[in-house]
Amino acid sequence: MVKSLEELAKIREQAKKALAAREGEAETKIVVGMGTCGIAAGAREVMAAILDELAKRDLGTVTVTQTGCVGLCDKEPLVDVIKPGQPKVTYGRVDAERARRIVAQHVVNDQVVGEWVVGTSS
Amino acid sequence: MRFYRAHVLVCAGTNCSLKGSQAVRQRLLNELEEVGLADEVKVVETGCFGLCEQGPTVVVYPEGVLYCRVTPDDVPELVREHLLKGRRLERLLYREEAEKAVQTVPQVDFFRGQQRIVLRNCGVIDPESIEEYIAHGGYEALGKALTEMKPAEVVAELKASGLRGRGGAGFPTGLKWEFAAKAQGDVKYIVCNADEGEPGTFKDRLILEGDPHAVLEGMAIAGYAVGARKGYIYIRGEYALSIERLEEAIKQARKMNFLGDGVFGTEFAFDVEVRVGAGAYVCGEETALFESLEGRRGEPRLKPPYPTERGLFGKPTVINNVETLANVAPIILNGAEWYRGFGTEGSPGTKVFTLTGDIVSEGLIEVPMGITLREIVFGIGGGIPGGRAFKMAQTGGTSGGCLPAELLDVPMDYDELAKAGSALGSGALLIMDDTHCIVDIARVFARFFEHESCGKCVPCREGTMRIHDIMTRIATGRAGEKDLDNLEALARTMTMACLCPLGQAAPVPIMTTLKYFREEYDAHIKEKRCPTGTCRDLAAPAATPAAGKGV
Ligand SMILES: Cc1cc2nc3c(=O)[nH]c(=O)nc-3n(C[C@H](O)[C@H](O)[C@H](O)COP(=O)(O)O)c2cc1C
Repeated sequence: MVKSLEELAKIREQAKKALAAREGEAETKIVVGMGTCGIAAGAREVMAAILDELAKRDLGTVTVTQTGCVGLCDKEPLVDVIKPGQPKVTYGRVDAERARRIVAQHVVNDQVVGEWVVGTSS
Repeated sequence: MRFYRAHVLVCAGTNCSLKGSQAVRQRLLNELEEVGLADEVKVVETGCFGLCEQGPTVVVYPEGVLYCRVTPDDVPELVREHLLKGRRLERLLYREEAEKAVQTVPQVDFFRGQQRIVLRNCGVIDPESIEEYIAHGGYEALGKALTEMKPAEVVAELKASGLRGRGGAGFPTGLKWEFAAKAQGDVKYIVCNADEGEPGTFKDRLILEGDPHAVLEGMAIAGYAVGARKGYIYIRGEYALSIERLEEAIKQARKMNFLGDGVFGTEFAFDVEVRVGAGAYVCGEETALFESLEGRRGEPRLKPPYPTERGLFGKPTVINNVETLANVAPIILNGAEWYRGFGTEGSPGTKVFTLTGDIVSEGLIEVPMGITLREIVFGIGGGIPGGRAFKMAQTGGTSGGCLPAELLDVPMDYDELAKAGSALGSGALLIMDDTHCIVDIARVFARFFEHESCGKCVPCREGTMRIHDIMTRIATGRAGEKDLDNLEALARTMTMACLCPLGQAAPVPIMTTLKYFREEYDAHIKEKRCPTGTCRDLAAPAATPAAGKGV
């Protein structure tokens, strides 16, 4: 039962988050390397952990995509975090635990997790 | 809330469904399950996306990559490549020209020239999810109207917007609502005309399939504006998917109380019922529609009284087309001024067209009023297939006129098309290349009207028969000069004397083809020759074609 414009707005905000993936208006983008090498090194688990962490934190406006092998097979699983107006940060040898920390520390709190960074670029 | 990293939108509009999109969807679900992505990737059925020619279409977000002609057998590769490994599957990308693969939705020419107001949600949201409609601003206009505007203000906004009826006649919607609002009587009705009998028109169907709530919201706003508590949607029985989606949408809207009593905590009460028609062209005519809705034979009534005085069950009634109603919520939400920013002075806003015939991209488009026929055919529509020449376009459906290449630059709006002897009508656009015989086509139109005439009034019953008879004689080489005079006399009589616009407009395609393609008629009548070789009873085309009118 929607009894006012305010109640409608609440439903709308909630529903919007679920649709953010389709809107292209996401603020932060996370890209997981999903080439054969990435998957072999555990990228599937990394992806699952990232999605789980985002859901837990209700971070609907983050998009998560995957990409193929970039040639750094040795450092897979690779995860890029791209925030608006900031250079892309690439993390290497990410596992599920690290992935959760990257979400908590970098995506949420804007602090790059220096020790796992393999490169930055804009 | 579940978080999905990707959404795969599968078009479940009628055209794509016919081409097997359901099987694609099922295979997607199975395949995602198999590779363990079912929790990460959401599969969404959407309404028509417009690119029917290229169906079944699948769009993968967040990237917005558009895949075309996807078969169930393509699915495993698509899932493994795009969704598992993150690589685009080249061979299924949309191809604009042979060499250039276009990847994402906004890059496609077909969409670039479009302005989507009515189709804003079609192909974008899951039509069976009221939440997705709400996420895109759904029911906000209804809330705004009910809690912040007086009924008269809603009417005034509609009037100021200049919205004209999209069912064919182009009557100003705000004015119609005002008449109904001022009409005497406690009981009034809102009727949504979803009969869509016009051959080649399938926009209402795809709007209802793709965004049913938009129409319900428009009806509820209309109800508030004129003081009606009940709405009917009259829809043809063949539109099974639209009916299903509407019924579901009505249930959801009732549950959230956008329909029912005390909407948005106000006194306003409104409910909607779907009534299924048996499909006759004339039942789309508003008064014949009322007859049918009331359980009688679908025949037009004499007007006046107009529906806003005495319509359904003799009560003041607003009857609007599906597309008209789908325009209402955006107008209320964004204002008349905004709406007038699109289209032309006399025909503000956009128009949905259904492109069919000899055109590269058949499908559903929405463009600002006033766009030229050329821009539609050669820009958005991608031109004529096989490098053939454009011969003519029939605008507005069967009762619309046929425009030759010389008129390709006519602006598509109500008034300009009327000046050209044609009509915007329902937005059907039938494109034909130079292989078609004008006489043969006109004969087919004539047969259609003979068949669809309800027989209630003599000028239509007899006139449509005579026209078909003359056209048949022309096509078979049995006609003389005098027959053209007879055609003109018949047309004059029917335009003046027929009871409803079915008969009044039946001569239009004949008269416009005669006006613009006279030499082709002459070839049939005087030389007993069909320049395109279509009319089999006549001689084959001469060595040098007499009627080379293409561009
Ligand atoms: C023969 C005939 C068929 C018609 N069929 C339709 C139809 O299928 N759908 C429609 O909306 N209007 C149809 N109309 C127009 C309706 O009579 C009426 O003008 C329209 O529903 C009004 O709505 P609008 O002002 O929103 O356009 C038809 C008219 C005639 C004469």
